Amino acid sequence: MMRALDRKLLRDLWRIKGQAGAIAAVVAVGVLLQVMMSGMVASLDETRQTYYDRSRLAQIFAPVTRAPEHVLHRLSAIEGVGAVEGRITGGALLDMEGQDLPVRAQAVSLPQIGAPKLNDVHLSAGRLLAPGRTDEVLLLKSFADAHEIPLGAQLSATMNGARRTFTVVGIAQSPEFLVAVAPGELVPDVTRFAVLWMNEDAMAAAFDMKGAFNEALLSLERGAELEPVLAAADRELAQFGGLGAYGLKDHMSNRFISDEIDGLRSTSAAVPPIFMGVAAFLLYIVVTRLVQAEREQIGLIKAFGYTDLEVSVHYFKLVVLIALLGALMGCVLGIWAGRSMVGVYQANFHFPFLVFRVDPAAFVSGVTVSVLSASAGGIFVLRRVFTLTPAVAMRPPAPADFSRSGALNVRLKRWLDQPSRMVLRRVIRSPGRIAGSVIGISVGMALSAAMITLLSGFDESLDLTFGVIDRSDMQVSFYQPMSGKTVFELQQLPGVIEVEPTRAVSAVLRNGLYTYRGGITGLAEGARLNRAVDKDVQAIDLPEQGVVLAKSLADLLQIKSGEMLTVEVLEGRRPVLTLPVASIAETLMGAPAFMRIETLNRALREPDRVSGAYLRVDANALPQIFDKVKGMPMVAGVSRQTDAREAMQKMMDEGAGAMRFVMVGIAAIITFGIVYNAARISYGEQSRDLASLRVIGFSNSETAFVLLGELALVVLMAIPLGIGLGYALGFLVAAGFSTELYQIPAGFRPVAHGQAAAAVVVASLVSGWLVKRDIQKVDLVETLKTRE
Amino acid sequence: MAKDGNGAAEFTFRTKGLTKVYGSGPAAVHALRGVDLDIPKGDMVVLLGPSGSGKSTLLNIVGGLDRATEGEAWFQDQNLTEMSDRELTLYRRDHVGFVFQFYNLMPSLTARENVELVTEIADDPMDPDEALRLVGLGERMDHFPAQMSGGEQQRVAIARAIAKNPTVLFCDEPTGALDSTTGRAVLRVLRDVNDKLGATVMIVTHAAATAGMAHRVINFADGAIRSVTTNDTRLDPDEIKW
Repeated sequence: MMRALDRKLLRDLWRIKGQAGAIAAVVAVGVLLQVMMSGMVASLDETRQTYYDRSRLAQIFAPVTRAPEHVLHRLSAIEGVGAVEGRITGGALLDMEGQDLPVRAQAVSLPQIGAPKLNDVHLSAGRLLAPGRTDEVLLLKSFADAHEIPLGAQLSATMNGARRTFTVVGIAQSPEFLVAVAPGELVPDVTRFAVLWMNEDAMAAAFDMKGAFNEALLSLERGAELEPVLAAADRELAQFGGLGAYGLKDHMSNRFISDEIDGLRSTSAAVPPIFMGVAAFLLYIVVTRLVQAEREQIGLIKAFGYTDLEVSVHYFKLVVLIALLGALMGCVLGIWAGRSMVGVYQANFHFPFLVFRVDPAAFVSGVTVSVLSASAGGIFVLRRVFTLTPAVAMRPPAPADFSRSGALNVRLKRWLDQPSRMVLRRVIRSPGRIAGSVIGISVGMALSAAMITLLSGFDESLDLTFGVIDRSDMQVSFYQPMSGKTVFELQQLPGVIEVEPTRAVSAVLRNGLYTYRGGITGLAEGARLNRAVDKDVQAIDLPEQGVVLAKSLADLLQIKSGEMLTVEVLEGRRPVLTLPVASIAETLMGAPAFMRIETLNRALREPDRVSGAYLRVDANALPQIFDKVKGMPMVAGVSRQTDAREAMQKMMDEGAGAMRFVMVGIAAIITFGIVYNAARISYGEQSRDLASLRVIGFSNSETAFVLLGELALVVLMAIPLGIGLGYALGFLVAAGFSTELYQIPAGFRPVAHGQAAAAVVVASLVSGWLVKRDIQKVDLVETLKTRE
Repeated sequence: MAKDGNGAAEFTFRTKGLTKVYGSGPAAVHALRGVDLDIPKGDMVVLLGPSGSGKSTLLNIVGGLDRATEGEAWFQDQNLTEMSDRELTLYRRDHVGFVFQFYNLMPSLTARENVELVTEIADDPMDPDEALRLVGLGERMDHFPAQMSGGEQQRVAIARAIAKNPTVLFCDEPTGALDSTTGRAVLRVLRDVNDKLGATVMIVTHAAATAGMAHRVINFADGAIRSVTTNDTRLDPDEIKW
């Protein structure tokens, strides 16, 4: 048998179902976000780890120019090393039918017999390479999918200057190519980078590596430390032209994935609490008013002999029920949303399988925060209500005292009609209540503004990178550093307007304890096509001496302009340079370091070398230029700026970037929830007055003015505050979404704030309309009979 | 006061078979069961009867606050039962003054402003100050409802109701929440309004003693009129036993 109070509880809940629904929805989105994001982080983390383990992904990669196979034994003798595998890798250019631009590829050897000890491949279609066959390849699945290359297709590739044809016998995936980035490029692009796996013999023949390898893969024994092993491997490989061993964390593909997961992790740590905070605040306000409106009933229940505790528990149940409903809804939706978002990531990262895991902590924290904030609001008000004796509560209530707000009487009398005065007096009389609504709405608006700022930040990032910093049309890279004359060869091509040399060397940059494995980019003096710009977007003149660091890199290395940076070059003679940091450049992508090309070459003691060039060309001549460039033996790759930009855009739209759209949607829901509740509560408080106005002959619209005038005032006050808050929040959110690969700039974007304000106005109009409908429906007779 | 009953214009209200049913099926409540009634212009009418007898329902329908289920109600030559919501609003605004048991004042407006609320939208209103003086509140015009006694609040409500120079004044239990002294004062004001402004006044009450001051007393029971009596001599509010 249900107790009478509990039946009242359920009926009360049904009576306020609209408002309860709005509160539950706000709680739900907060919890949804929490559950979804933490679920995604946990799932991606777990999937990655499982994939790495199953494929026996190496923990150390040690590229070398050419080392005889017996060196592998010495490597496996290093303390802490588990398995060792030697392999041959090399660059290739694929000639794709119907494509003017050759596609860059990396060829990787597989052992003649059996699976490799490390870096196994995951065959998704076809078969493995037949032993002894030199004309068979396995092709990277993402590339095969992007170009719809079927099993059995013929691929024409140029390797080490020789043109050969291969048959695709299998489609494969590998954890080391989860994200396919051509060497030296910033942006992954599945259509423009391929991986071919070939038999060891075929690779040895193609790259002249018989009995030798040019990359050693090492795994670590449990508990072994990375750094000493890296140093030992470098020592063993030094005499064979070792290019510097590096750990998995510096591996390109893993770096992308980690960046993405870390970005997601920091976003999931920063953003859901903001949303939960807003939800909690809203819940508090609504519950406060809800309990206040029940004042008379509380008196009545107490008059029957119920204790304060019993009454508290009764209202506490109501509040907790709403919060719990919302939290449960959020959990269910969060799991669903997390699953679909993880699906998006899977498509992006090409995991062959996916482990979906939900983080139970997210449920617990989501539900706890909602319930706590809801109860806090309830308890605060109940305490005040309990000071009333039952008799006071049951007497006809005295009209609310407005005498203190009478001051405006004299000054405004001439200007205001009575309805406007009612609006103003209510605002003046309870500034706390109005402030609550103003803050609530402005926080909702700030969320939207910050999220929209983020959207335009992504675009700004692209514009700065591809419109201001890199203004070339295409970029050419060479297999190895070439003589400066090569630039003239390119300049001679018909249709080429401008050529700028560049020299990229990979290096470990070090400042005390902080290190970054990246590189130095040498640029021509007074470069115009690819340049470093300062924070005012003015070109930086590269100094005669010293290096210009990207801001992200300077932050990473904790280094300031004027300090000395250690650069361990990983190519050629492998010099260790100590260079002054001349200035800091504004970049939004990658973490580059710039030097004058002559200065760099001098430091390397390799005068007049270029590793690539930036070209500005006549758009009409593009196909001919591609054709010519493709035929040049030293060209390792050609990329078009528009392709890079598109790839970047795609990555931002599909990866973590996709999250921003979800967030904008959620911010909109929260904003609406707050505005609607503000309107609803205000209506609840004034419904009797409004009905009286209707009775004495005010039309629906005139009556609605009294109600909506307040909402309009609140919204007008909330908008400037929302702009300020949104501006601040924008930085927080942008930092959360920035990764090592790209930084999202924050700042004041009038459009973002305009759109957020427009969203608030629309939400107000809709809420106003919904509440006005209630005024029309109100039973005048009934309202007049009730006391309040 | 209309002594003959021939011209329709001489009547403020006229109803024919007025029926009001709340709910449907076995749960239906018949609040009015076919009421036929003529209220002459300028009359002071008291509607008596126990709770649920239908008197308030009748008041609400002819006051334009509620709709009849069946039958017709005429205000002068306008058929109230055929009016749209908008027309009913205009009817209330232009012709009707209301006084309720719980005053229904705007707590955020002073006494004067509560009256101005109505004079601002009325066609031919009186001066708000004059309305307040009529109810004896000339001194307390700038007080808020919270600063007034129940009787004072009710007099503000009456001032608000009469300030538009209404054709008809409806009062639902106007003294229900008041003690005898303030109650009498309120009744005197109502009588003055009827005498001086010539407005038709309809008072719903279950205080039978109030009936003495009316021209016409209508007794309700079970949704129907049981009897209509006219008083040849009307009592002064001070003579009414509380």
